[in-house]
Amino acid sequence: MAVTETSTVATLVTDHEGEILPEWLALQKKAGALESGRIRDAELTAQCRKFLHFLCDGLEAGVIDSAHTSFAPLREFLGDISRSRAVQGFSPSETATFVFSLKQPLFDTMNRDKGISPTQLAETTWTITRLLDQLGLYTFEAYQKGREEVIARQQREIAELSTPVVKLWDGILALPIIGTLDSERTQIVMENLLQTIVDQGSEIAIIDITGVPTVDTLTAQHLLKTVAAARLMGADCIISGIRPQIAQTIVHLGVELNVVSKATLADAFAVALRRTGRTVTKVRPAATGGPVEPGE
Amino acid sequence: MDRIPILKLGNSLLVTIQVDMHDRLATALEEDLTEKIVTLGAKGVLIDISALEIVDSFIGRMLDNIAAVSRILDADTVVVGMRPAVAITLVELGLSLSGVKTALNVDRGMAMIQRRLQLDGANADDEG
Amino acid sequence: MPTTKVECVAIRASDDVVAVRQQTRVLAVGIGLSLVDQTKLVTAASELARNTLDYGGGGEARMEVIEDGRRRGLRLTFEDCGPGIPDIDAALKDGFTTGKGLGLGLGGARRLSNEFFIESTVGVGTKVSITRWKSG
Repeated sequence: MAVTETSTVATLVTDHEGEILPEWLALQKKAGALESGRIRDAELTAQCRKFLHFLCDGLEAGVIDSAHTSFAPLREFLGDISRSRAVQGFSPSETATFVFSLKQPLFDTMNRDKGISPTQLAETTWTITRLLDQLGLYTFEAYQKGREEVIARQQREIAELSTPVVKLWDGILALPIIGTLDSERTQIVMENLLQTIVDQGSEIAIIDITGVPTVDTLTAQHLLKTVAAARLMGADCIISGIRPQIAQTIVHLGVELNVVSKATLADAFAVALRRTGRTVTKVRPAATGGPVEPGE
Repeated sequence: MDRIPILKLGNSLLVTIQVDMHDRLATALEEDLTEKIVTLGAKGVLIDISALEIVDSFIGRMLDNIAAVSRILDADTVVVGMRPAVAITLVELGLSLSGVKTALNVDRGMAMIQRRLQLDGANADDEG
Repeated sequence: MPTTKVECVAIRASDDVVAVRQQTRVLAVGIGLSLVDQTKLVTAASELARNTLDYGGGGEARMEVIEDGRRRGLRLTFEDCGPGIPDIDAALKDGFTTGKGLGLGLGGARRLSNEFFIESTVGVGTKVSITRWKSG
């Protein structure tokens, strides 16, 4: 049963491409596809032609299910179109219209074809409707997916930008963390930190949590994981910026912060310098010929 | 069966693990190292794992064992060159390797061993 | 859920644990997992394969590339006809071991995976399955 319907549609499309294509194009242009020059006539025509070609290929398997492997090339093609339409500034509905607007020309062509019986007409109409609906929805989904990928990528970029790893001195890094530290962010922090330790050969990493609003058990665990990971790479950590309330919370939670902690980043830096065998000395001003005051 | 080569580097031993070890190989390494620490009077053991893409609990236990045994034999074990992805995974796995010293590379690991020896030497002088 | 590719590895000796690691790595790279995600999955696979060998008396690892419409993932299932696990909750706790291990295998594998599933009947066998999805 299915084979006759799909082969009817396939024959219809192949035989009457000359009528279907211009009608389909006309409908899309009427809906505003070419406005503001976001897509050129030639490009649109080529896409329509390709769609019809893939559609016929898919119909050959005789399965009226757009998820079937026979329609894989068509789906891939629609996926590409969705992505490029999104970039060209089409809305998801406008993108799906690419598929839906094909219904009318197909129905019109079928009606004009005197060789089809009324029952065949009804069944084939239903077949086309089902298939094109599925494909139209697929286009819509593909568009959404493209958008979601962009958002996910941007989120990741924001996460990376908001946890910079800063070199304070040779072998000493600082990680100022702003905002909450959830498990996803911890992953990014760990990856950045460890890679920087490798790239710069750092021995000490100062994790500053001044900008972390609250520390609960999970956050504390994330911090400890980060410290443990850095240790495995041969780098020691110092945690700085622990506010009094946070210190109390940590104690009340019973979390054991088995890592050196300092109140401020400055204190931590001083410790780090000492540990790496350095001191900070005041520079004597160059002799200008005048007397040098005692105790200067 | 192939065994992992152990090199003498000054007063220490250097092991570079470059293959995905099956269990027998790991056990053999533990035995070989223990023996060599004694016969060569090594003061340190450097295990270079920079080529390892995976460290699971079996390898982790091997490293813990080597560190513990060497300590009893008065040698320091330093594991060097752990890859970031491995460190992140180990921490998630729950392997702290707390009994094992770590360093970024062989040079740093060696420096660690020598520093500890100097300290010990200084202490011995104080006591003596 | 459609499966697009299945590989099976018999686990009978410690060399097979290495084979499981290597095959998992190949499949993980194939679906484009990040390096850290690859490492986590292969490590989890190593733990479970070893459990199958040491406690299950040997068994099989089944690796499938799966899709759920929006994303691709890798599902690994370890099955044995061994003694089974009497108390699964206890077995999942870190440090629990009936052998010479560190007792991190089951709990660790769960932490390293997106999805974890275990089924075990005493006297019949054990089946553990883990999944890692490709993110983004």
